[in-house]
Amino acid sequence: MVPLGRIIGGTLYPGLMLTAAFIYWSLRFLRFAVHIREVCVLTAPFFASNTTIVAYFFGKELWDSSAGLLAAAFIAICPGYISRSVAGSYDNEGVAIFALLLTFYLFVKAVNTGSLAWALASAFGYFYMVSAWGGYVFIINLIPLYVLVLLITGRYSMRLYVAYNSMYVLGMLLAMQIQFVGFQHVQSGEHMAAMGVFFVLQVFYFLDWVKYLLGDAKLFQAFLKITLTCTIVVGGLAFGVGMASGYISPWTGRFYSLLDPTYAKDHIPIIASVSEHQPTAWSSFMFDFHILLFLFPAGLYFCFKRLSDATIFIVMYGLTSMYFASVMVRLILVATPAVCLISAIAVSATIRNLTSLVRTKSKVVNTSSSKGAVSTKASSKASSDLSPPFGRNAAIALLLGAFYLLSKYVIHCTWVTSEAYSSPSIVLAARGAYGGRVIFDDYREAYYWLRQNTPPDAKVMSWWDYGYQITAMGNRTVIVDNNTWNNTHIATVGRAMSSYEDEAYEIMRSLDVDYVLVVFGGVTGYSSDDINKFLWMVRIGGGVFPVIKEPDYLVNGEYRVDKGAAPKMLNCLMYKLSYYRFGELTTEYGRPPGYDRARGVEIGNKDVKLEYLEEAYTTSNWIVRIYKVKPPSNRW
Amino acid sequence: MAMKLSIFVALIALLLPLLSTAFSPETPTDRRILVLLDDQSIKSSHSIFFKSFQTRGYDLDFRLADDPKISLQRYGQYLYDGLILFSPQAKRFGGSLDLAGVLEFVDSGRDLVIAADGAASDLIRDISTECGVDFDVDSAAMVIDHTSYAVSKTDGDHTLIASDEFIQSDVILGSEKIEAPVIFKGIAHSLNPANSLVLKVLSASPSAYSANPEAELSSPPSMSGSSISLVSVVQARNNARILISGSLDLFSDRLFGSGVQKAGSETTFEKSGNEQFVTELSKWVFHERGHLKAVSIQHHKVGEVVEPAMYRIKDELEFSVEIYEWSGKSWQPYVSDDVQVQFYMMSPYVLKTLSTNQKGLYSTSFKVPDVYGVFQFKVEYHRLGYTGLSLSKQIPVRPFRHNEYERFITTAFPYYGGSVSMMAGFFVFTIVYLYNK
Repeated sequence: MVPLGRIIGGTLYPGLMLTAAFIYWSLRFLRFAVHIREVCVLTAPFFASNTTIVAYFFGKELWDSSAGLLAAAFIAICPGYISRSVAGSYDNEGVAIFALLLTFYLFVKAVNTGSLAWALASAFGYFYMVSAWGGYVFIINLIPLYVLVLLITGRYSMRLYVAYNSMYVLGMLLAMQIQFVGFQHVQSGEHMAAMGVFFVLQVFYFLDWVKYLLGDAKLFQAFLKITLTCTIVVGGLAFGVGMASGYISPWTGRFYSLLDPTYAKDHIPIIASVSEHQPTAWSSFMFDFHILLFLFPAGLYFCFKRLSDATIFIVMYGLTSMYFASVMVRLILVATPAVCLISAIAVSATIRNLTSLVRTKSKVVNTSSSKGAVSTKASSKASSDLSPPFGRNAAIALLLGAFYLLSKYVIHCTWVTSEAYSSPSIVLAARGAYGGRVIFDDYREAYYWLRQNTPPDAKVMSWWDYGYQITAMGNRTVIVDNNTWNNTHIATVGRAMSSYEDEAYEIMRSLDVDYVLVVFGGVTGYSSDDINKFLWMVRIGGGVFPVIKEPDYLVNGEYRVDKGAAPKMLNCLMYKLSYYRFGELTTEYGRPPGYDRARGVEIGNKDVKLEYLEEAYTTSNWIVRIYKVKPPSNRW
Repeated sequence: MAMKLSIFVALIALLLPLLSTAFSPETPTDRRILVLLDDQSIKSSHSIFFKSFQTRGYDLDFRLADDPKISLQRYGQYLYDGLILFSPQAKRFGGSLDLAGVLEFVDSGRDLVIAADGAASDLIRDISTECGVDFDVDSAAMVIDHTSYAVSKTDGDHTLIASDEFIQSDVILGSEKIEAPVIFKGIAHSLNPANSLVLKVLSASPSAYSANPEAELSSPPSMSGSSISLVSVVQARNNARILISGSLDLFSDRLFGSGVQKAGSETTFEKSGNEQFVTELSKWVFHERGHLKAVSIQHHKVGEVVEPAMYRIKDELEFSVEIYEWSGKSWQPYVSDDVQVQFYMMSPYVLKTLSTNQKGLYSTSFKVPDVYGVFQFKVEYHRLGYTGLSLSKQIPVRPFRHNEYERFITTAFPYYGGSVSMMAGFFVFTIVYLYNK
């Protein structure tokens, strides 16, 4: 990113790269001649398979081994997870979900056993998670919340004390070794809940001890009052002083936007602009979870029926992550393991009940009911509710139904994986008029053009979404890229795109821009192009430079590009670059020239004249358009 | 075969001197100049002007403006380094030359002299307009000045004016002061305010105006006062230089030799300032003066000599550049105290004046700011009359590496003490806890 640069070491979660490097070196050590690229491509699938193994053990820990098996099967094909674990998806989330589930599993195991070893293992799992993904904040908030819930529900135990304390202390110390996290782990508001719960646990333990020493209820009551008041006052004071002095940093925007879905849109447009950060539509829940979405509440029911420390955990994990998943599309990924596990519990419990019904001969009703009296298994209880002959047939029907549903799930997952997640996103595919597959390879065409036809030191300005691609595939320097930490810089580009050409020229000159790249879907009907992203450029630009005002680009609050569009919209740089020479082009039969297929309107400014830029290249389907910034006039 | 080879050698031998005298960054003075004339008589009526070129070693190629064989370039190579348009009446040029051809010639870094006159054609006006100069649209209008005209026996309409309002620049007009006023008889032009590169070299007095001397003045003149420019120059961004004069007579032998007495002044000069003015100006236009070059831009850390690929924040560095001025024959050290270097990333973080050793070397040293990113060393040197210098050299600046921070700082000793005492305490506690029954 030019010219600001970025400290890679200090602003990066190293886990993914270290993992790939570790796998690479171990394979090399074992004399497997692999290329680092092959390792990178297969890292995510490899960790996804590890996740299924963890899911099995987790399910077993929560419920029983059949639930574990089902959970493993669910998560193995769940589209919500496949989306991030296909080969070639070399992303932090690829290893992070494994680390997340592993940490949770080990922690639940530690709580169940009270073993220091499991707790420490969980701390190391947490360390791996911290090194891999910023989503570790979810762990460090969910676990304290869980501990708090256990405390409130009177489930405090020595096991919990050992598990949480050792996990928190060691996990914290380890997490602080990651440079990007560092002292944030003890200073930022997002991590304060964990620390607070840590102290609360100490107080709890201390009170227990005092109670044991005093042995007198009345005396203890008095002591409790004094200690509690003191603790709350001291704790509140410490927190207040920490906040006021800035020692404890306040919550970050990302955190707020999770709690309040409308926060980001008003305060941090750069976060809200990402399509992954949009609130989730019902259809994408259906798309990613399918039947799990209906099994989830059923699973919750079973969990509540057989409440234990472990099921409380999975219920909390499921509920919180589902909430977050509905706030942001991409957090569906975090919810996926929980949904799979809870659904697995539902399916496992249901099928167990049903099969026990089928197996039960009508004459051995007594044995079954006596069994129910002995064991606490929900299955037996359920079987005694139904009258056997009717129940048996119904059970067979229900089993068939369950089989049908599960088969449907498999079919759906296979379909989603092949349709949505198996093609590279850089090559677009569409169906032609005769049903044939049409491939739009415009991105690569444009990047190849950049690489072959521009000077090696040329700087390309585009919206930040394409930054990494231009850098990697076009081998050219970009002004802003997908690493979005510098909001001002991105806002400068947003401002240039939303200004008139002459103002934009000044900005581009100050940024030493040689080429401008825009993505345009008006010819192909590709809807995620720059014109559709444009309002976000305006918002992000306007967030830093108040000269850019969103209402200037809207007509009665409506965003349009046709004749009724706002005059500033019709003459801003982005509009001009997208629609340059477009007015001459007939895109669809029976439509006037200049008909924008992505937005379904005839454009409002067909006579676009460029003064400071010239068209350098437009790909075959017009998806990518590249313009050259002219040098200043020689004689003026 | 041998025949062919000998022809080839002969060709090379013919071409070599041609190549060696061509305009180049190393010897920026122009050598080959095309002069376009309205008629051949101009060649003799302006012979002193042309002679001065030939004595300075230029190679002049005289052509009539409508000569069908005119061409500025052959096989993509320009045949000339400069173009003098002494053809104010040419409606169109012969051969392939046209308005766009002339402008392209300038935009390729070559120089142009335009002389207009009373009956200047649209072509000449258009070329001037493209260079940021607008001649009076009234083709019959001339510059008239009733107070600072040149006293003469015949001229009664005061269109022969004497002006001494020169631009204050030794680079453009030479270090020798022009004592006598310049006699001018021609049309007025004004500078386009949108053009920031065009300069008035000789301007009219505040009492001058542009009108038709034959007709009665019915409406206020379109141009008047010192907004009228008589002679203007443009230095384009690529350092091509353009001279625009509203008078062809300005260059003529007649005005070169005539004496001048400015109205209202007692002093009579034997000889007008025209010759000196025009000659000095032509030296500037054809890059005999005021041409700078910068070489060997170097930077390195203090105490080192090798140029690093990257700096770290807070490094001390030294920057140097050599600047020379072309004297017409050789490169001389350029001496000035106002050359500045910027350490620039979107805005200058460091702006320092370079100190010179009087031999052309400019240098300074400064500390890299505490900001990382891709910086540029920038020297933007634009001075009146000199060619512009826009140098930039990109250099990344990185933050500290993890092992480059200061270690064992005094303020951290409480923390070191804390950790050590913690460890010791833990050790003691363990022993006491384990072995104290």
